[in-house]
Amino acid sequence: MAGYWFLGITYGVLAHSLGFSIWYPLSMALFIFSGSAEFLALGMLCADFNPVSVACMGLVVGARHLFYGITMLDRYKNMGWRKPFLIFGLTDETFAVNYNAKDASPNTMLLVSLLDYLYWITGGLMGYTFGTLLTFDIHGLEFVVTAMFVTIFMDQFLKEKEHRPAWIGIGCTALCLFVFGSKYFILPAMALILVFLTLMRKRMEGGK
Amino acid sequence: MSTLQQAITIAILAAVTFLTRALPFLIFSREKPTPKYIQYLGSVLPLAVFGMLVVYCLKDVEWMQGVHGIPEVLGILATVLIHVWRRQLFLSIATGTIVYMILIRVILP
Repeated sequence: MAGYWFLGITYGVLAHSLGFSIWYPLSMALFIFSGSAEFLALGMLCADFNPVSVACMGLVVGARHLFYGITMLDRYKNMGWRKPFLIFGLTDETFAVNYNAKDASPNTMLLVSLLDYLYWITGGLMGYTFGTLLTFDIHGLEFVVTAMFVTIFMDQFLKEKEHRPAWIGIGCTALCLFVFGSKYFILPAMALILVFLTLMRKRMEGGK
Repeated sequence: MSTLQQAITIAILAAVTFLTRALPFLIFSREKPTPKYIQYLGSVLPLAVFGMLVVYCLKDVEWMQGVHGIPEVLGILATVLIHVWRRQLFLSIATGTIVYMILIRVILP
C-alpha cells in the first residue's frame, strides 16, 4: 500500500506545482481512480480542449482493465451490491491483490478495493498539502510521469518473451510524432499500432 | 481551456475509465470463451501501449535545441538500468525522477 501513497503524494505535489486548485486532483481521484489516466490528465488539462483525443487516450490507457475484467469475471460473480464498486475499483494494485488472494471472501475483496481507494485519495490530498508547504524548487518533478511509464514498460518487457509489440508501440508512435507533429500524432499512432499488431498476429502467435 | 472544458475532460476520462473496467462484465460471459482475437490483443497490447506512452511523454522534448533532450534520455536510461537491476517499481520511478531533476539543474545553462 506504500505504492499508493508514494504515487498519490507525488501526484498531489505535481498537481499543486502545475497551479491546479485542490479540486482537480481531488475530483480526479474520486471519479477516475486510475493513476496513469490522472497523471496524463494533468498534462491534457494544460493543453487545448480536445474531447476526442481525451476519450481515445482514456480508452487506450485503460485498455489493460479489459483484461483484468475478463480475468475477474468468475471471481466477481455473485457479488451482489458490492459488484459496481468492485468494478469501479479494479485498478492495477487491487487486481493484483484480489487476483492473488484466491480464497478471499466477498467482503475482504471489497475491503481491499475500498482501502486502495482511500489510500489513493488521501495520498493525493497529502501530496497537495505537502506541495503548498514546499519551499524548495521542484521543477522537473513532472518527469515522474515518464519514469512511471518507463518502469511499467520495462517491467512488462522483462516478463514477456515476445518483445516485438514493444518495438511496434515505440516505432509507430515515434513515426507518427515525426509525421503529424506533437498535437495530432496520438490517434494515428493508436490506429497504426492496432493495424500492425493485427497484421502480425499469425507470426506472433506462431512464435516466428 | 475554460473551467467547463476542464470539467468535461475529467468527466470523459472518468466515464471512459469506468467503461474499460465494466465492459468485460457486460459483454463476456463465463460460459462463452473470450474471442481469440481479444485474447491475442490482451497478450500483445500492453507492451505496445506502454511503449507508446513513453514516446508520448517525450512529445515536447526539443531534440534539436537547447540540451537536445539529454536529461530525458539519461533519466530514462537510469530508470531502465535500476529496474533491470532491482526490479522494484517505486525505486525505479523515484531514481529516474531524481536523476532527471539533478540533470536539468546541472546541464542547463
